[in-house]
Amino acid sequence: MTLLIKNAIIVNADKLHSKPQDILLEKGKIAKIAASIPEGSHKIVDAKNKLVFPGLIDLHVHLRQPGREDKETVETGTRSAAKGGFTSIFCMPNTTPVIDNAMIVEAIINEAKRVGLVNVYPVGAITRGQMGKELTDMAELKAAGCKALSDDGKCVESSQVMRLALEYSKMIELLLIQHCQDHTLTAGGVMNEGYHSMVLGLKGDPGIAETVIVARDIELAHYLKTKVHLAHMSLKRSVELIRFAKSQGIQVTAEACPHHFTLTDEAVKGFDTSTKVNPPLRSPEDVAAIREGLKDGTIDCIVTDHAPHTKEDKETGFDNAPFGMIGLETSVGLTMTELVHKKVLTLEQMADRMSAAPARVGGLATKGKIAEGLDADITIIDPEREWEVRVEDFWSKSKNSPFVGRKLKGRVEVTICGGKVTYQA
Amino acid sequence: MTPQSKILDQENIRRAMMRIAHEIVEKNKGTDSLCLIGIRTRGAILAERLKECIKTVEGKAVPVGILDITLYRDDLSVVAQQPVVHETLIDFDLTGKKVILVDDVLYTGRTIRAALDALIDLGRPASIQLAVLIDRGHRELPIRADYVGKNIPTSLDENVKVILSESDSTEDEVMVKKAGA
Amino acid sequence: MEWKRRDLLDLQSLDKEEIELILETAKSFRQVSTRDVKKVPALRGKTVALLFYEASTRTRVSFELAAKRLSADVVNIASSSSSSTKGESILDTALNLEAMNVDMIVVRHYSSGVPYVLSKNLKAAIINAGDGCREHPTQGLLDIFTVQEKLGSVKGRNITIVGDVLHSRVARSNIFGFKKLGANVTVCGPSTLMPRCVKELGVEVSYDLEASMKKSDCVIVLRLQKERQQEVFLPSLREYARLFGLSQSKLDKASKDLLIMHPGPTNRGVEIGADVADGCQSVILEQVTNGLAIRMAVLYLLLGTKELQ
Repeated sequence: MTLLIKNAIIVNADKLHSKPQDILLEKGKIAKIAASIPEGSHKIVDAKNKLVFPGLIDLHVHLRQPGREDKETVETGTRSAAKGGFTSIFCMPNTTPVIDNAMIVEAIINEAKRVGLVNVYPVGAITRGQMGKELTDMAELKAAGCKALSDDGKCVESSQVMRLALEYSKMIELLLIQHCQDHTLTAGGVMNEGYHSMVLGLKGDPGIAETVIVARDIELAHYLKTKVHLAHMSLKRSVELIRFAKSQGIQVTAEACPHHFTLTDEAVKGFDTSTKVNPPLRSPEDVAAIREGLKDGTIDCIVTDHAPHTKEDKETGFDNAPFGMIGLETSVGLTMTELVHKKVLTLEQMADRMSAAPARVGGLATKGKIAEGLDADITIIDPEREWEVRVEDFWSKSKNSPFVGRKLKGRVEVTICGGKVTYQA
Repeated sequence: MTPQSKILDQENIRRAMMRIAHEIVEKNKGTDSLCLIGIRTRGAILAERLKECIKTVEGKAVPVGILDITLYRDDLSVVAQQPVVHETLIDFDLTGKKVILVDDVLYTGRTIRAALDALIDLGRPASIQLAVLIDRGHRELPIRADYVGKNIPTSLDENVKVILSESDSTEDEVMVKKAGA
Repeated sequence: MEWKRRDLLDLQSLDKEEIELILETAKSFRQVSTRDVKKVPALRGKTVALLFYEASTRTRVSFELAAKRLSADVVNIASSSSSSTKGESILDTALNLEAMNVDMIVVRHYSSGVPYVLSKNLKAAIINAGDGCREHPTQGLLDIFTVQEKLGSVKGRNITIVGDVLHSRVARSNIFGFKKLGANVTVCGPSTLMPRCVKELGVEVSYDLEASMKKSDCVIVLRLQKERQQEVFLPSLREYARLFGLSQSKLDKASKDLLIMHPGPTNRGVEIGADVADGCQSVILEQVTNGLAIRMAVLYLLLGTKELQ
C-alpha cells in the first residue's frame, strides 16, 4: 500500500523547506521525497497550505490500561493520540497492576498493534510495584520492548535506590525518567504553594519538592556519568538547574507540558478539579521560564502527561480529586497558539521539541524526521486553523481538561502512522 | 381631583392629633395602663406626638415604644429584595397594658395585621386599639381603626403621602396624588 | 444599600458596604432572641438544610436556632448519617435536597471550595459554614460585630490574630473582613504555621505575642488542632503555650481594655489560659450570642434574593 502526500511544506527540526514537495510513503517507510511525484495509483493526501511535520512523539502518556479501563484504554488513548497528531507515545507504568514485568509490557504492545493507530512504547517501572525499594528486572523489560523506565506518579525518593537504578540502567543502556517530587516536602499539597493556595485554603505544594530532586538527580547523573531524563518540569528554578547541568556537560534531558507553559495557579481559583495536576500549575514567572527553557533547548521535549480521570473521580472536593488532566488532543493547538504564534518557538523548534528530540531521548532512531528511508510517521498541521476546545469533541474516554472553551489556532489535519492514515479532521 | 392635592396642612394635623388624644383619654377613662406603640417610621413619630398631646390633656406621660413589623410582613416571600430590618424598641412589658397602636395611613390593613402578630409575640396586652392619622379605605382584611384623624376616600391608583417634619425635614402635610403623577 | 447576593461564600468577595449591611441587620435581630417568644415569622414556609461534613456543635446549633427563630423549617444532615458513606458525592446530595425544594443549604465541608462548587451548580442559596482551610464567613462577621459593639468602631483598630494561621479559615475570614472595614491586622504565631505569602494579605507578621498585645485593641485566639504536633509543625504543646498561649501572665502585661476573643471550642491551657477565657476581658460568650444574630441576619438577607439570580 502506498500513500502520496502532495504539496508538502516539510518542517524538520533542522530545516523548514520553503518549496512544496511530494512525499511517497511505501511499506511503512518514506520512500521518496521529490519536487513532484506522479499521482499514479497512490492514495493521495493533499497538504496544500498546510505544514507537514515528522510524526509527533509523546514521551509521557497515561493510558490507564490495565486497571482503570473506565478512564482510558489503549484503544481510546491511541485514538485520542492520533487525533492529537501523535504517531508514537510512551505510556507510563502506574497502572494496576504496575508495568513492572515483561508480560504486561507485551500485552500492551500487542493491544496497541491490534488497534493499529499509534506506536505504543510502554515505560516499565524502575522499582517493583513502584514501591521505591527493589529494582525491576530491567533487562527483561527492555527485551520485552521498553525504551525507558520510570516510577512516574511517584518519585524514586531513596537516593541510594536511585543511584543503583541509574548504574544498572546505564549498564543495559536504558533511559530512566524521574518524576521529580520529594513527597515528604509536598506533604499533601494539592496546588502550588503561594498567594492563591493561601486564599483558597488549599494545601500548598512547594516548588522545592521538585527542585531538590532535580538537583539531586543531576548530581547523581554527574557522579555516575550517566543519563537521566526529568519529567514534567514546572519551575523556573528547575530550568535554571538543568541549564547549569547541561553547561557542565551532564547528560540530563528534560520535558515540559503545555499546561505548564500556558496556565498559572490562578486557574485554580474556581476550584475546577481539572486544574488539579501534578506537578501543580505554577506562577507566571515559572510559566515564562518554561517557555524560555523550551526556546533555548534547556527543556528538550514537549510532552502531554495525558492523565485521564472519570467525571466521578474528579467531581469531588478539590482536596480529594485525583491529579491530572488530559492533553493529547490539545497539545498541538496549545503549542502553536502559545509558543509558535507568539514567536517563542520557530516551526523547526516545534518539530524538534515534539518529534526529533523525543525520538532522540527515547531512542527511536528511525523516527523524528521526514527523510527518505525513515518511518512513514507524519503529522499534517494547519497552522492558521482556529478552533475551540469542546468536551464533546474529545476522543479520549475522559474529559478532564481545563482548556475546554479555549480558542486555539493551529490544528492537526491528518495523522499518518506507518504509512497509514490514522486520523483525518 | 387634580394630580396632586393637599388634604391636610400642619395645623389640621395638629388638631387631629389633639382630638385623638382626647378620644383616647375619654374612651380609656384616663391614662392608667395606657401605652403607645408607633409603627416605624411615621407611626412612631405620631406616637411621640400623641404622647405630648395626652400630656397636655391629662398632665401625665404614657410610655411609648417603636415597633418594626418587617419580620412579620406577609409579602416577604414575594418582594424581590428583603426590606431593611430595624430594631423594635419597647422597653416596657406589654402584658396587661392597653396598647394604642399608632400608624400614619390605614389602607389594606396588612401592616396592622403584622403589627398585631408582632405585639402578641411580645406580650399579652389587655387590649389593643388602633389610632391612624388617615384612613383611605380599600381594606383587604377585617380591620378598623378606633381613632381616625381624617377619612379620605381614595381610588386605588392614588397615593397618600404623609409628610412629617421629624422624618422629612419639611413642614407637615398630607398629599394625595395619582400614581405616576 | 440593597443585598444582591444569592450566596454567602466568603468575606473575600464582599465589599465594605455589604459587610456593614449584615452587621446593621444583625443588630435588629439580636433583640428577637431576648424575648419570651423567640420567634418571628419572616422565613415561614422556607426550608433550610444544614449539611455538615465535619463535626461542629456550636456553628450548627447557631444556624439551626437562627433558622428556627425565623420560622424556617430545618433539616439536619450530618455526614455520618447521609449517603456520603455510600459513596454519593456532596453535589448529588445537594441536588437531591434541591429536588425537594430546599431553599437554602448551609454547608460545612472539610474540603476548601465545596460551597463554591455547590453555588455554581444549584439554585438554592448556599451559606458557607466553614470550608477546609479557606473561610468561615459568619464567624468573621460575628467577630467584627463583637468588636464593633465592644469598641464602638472597627476602623483604625488594631486586631491581632494569634495561632495556626496556616490552617485557619477563621483567620482568613477575619483578615479579609477586618481589613475591609479599615482595621489594622497583625497575625502572630509560629513560623511553621504561617502561610509563606501571608504579607500579601496586607497584614503585619509577629512572632512575639506580648509585643503584639501591647499594640492591640483586640486579640483573636485561634484554636490549635492538637494533631499539629504529630505533623511536626510544633515541638510540643507546652512549647506552643509558652510562646503563643494567651496566659494570665501575658494578659497582665497588656492593657486592661484589651478584648479577648476565641471562636471556640477552647483548648484551655494550650492556646488560652482558663482564667483568661473566663476572665472579665474575654467576650467569648458574647461572640456566641452575636453569632446567632449574625446568622439570622444572613439567612434573612439571602432568602430575600433567592429569586433574583
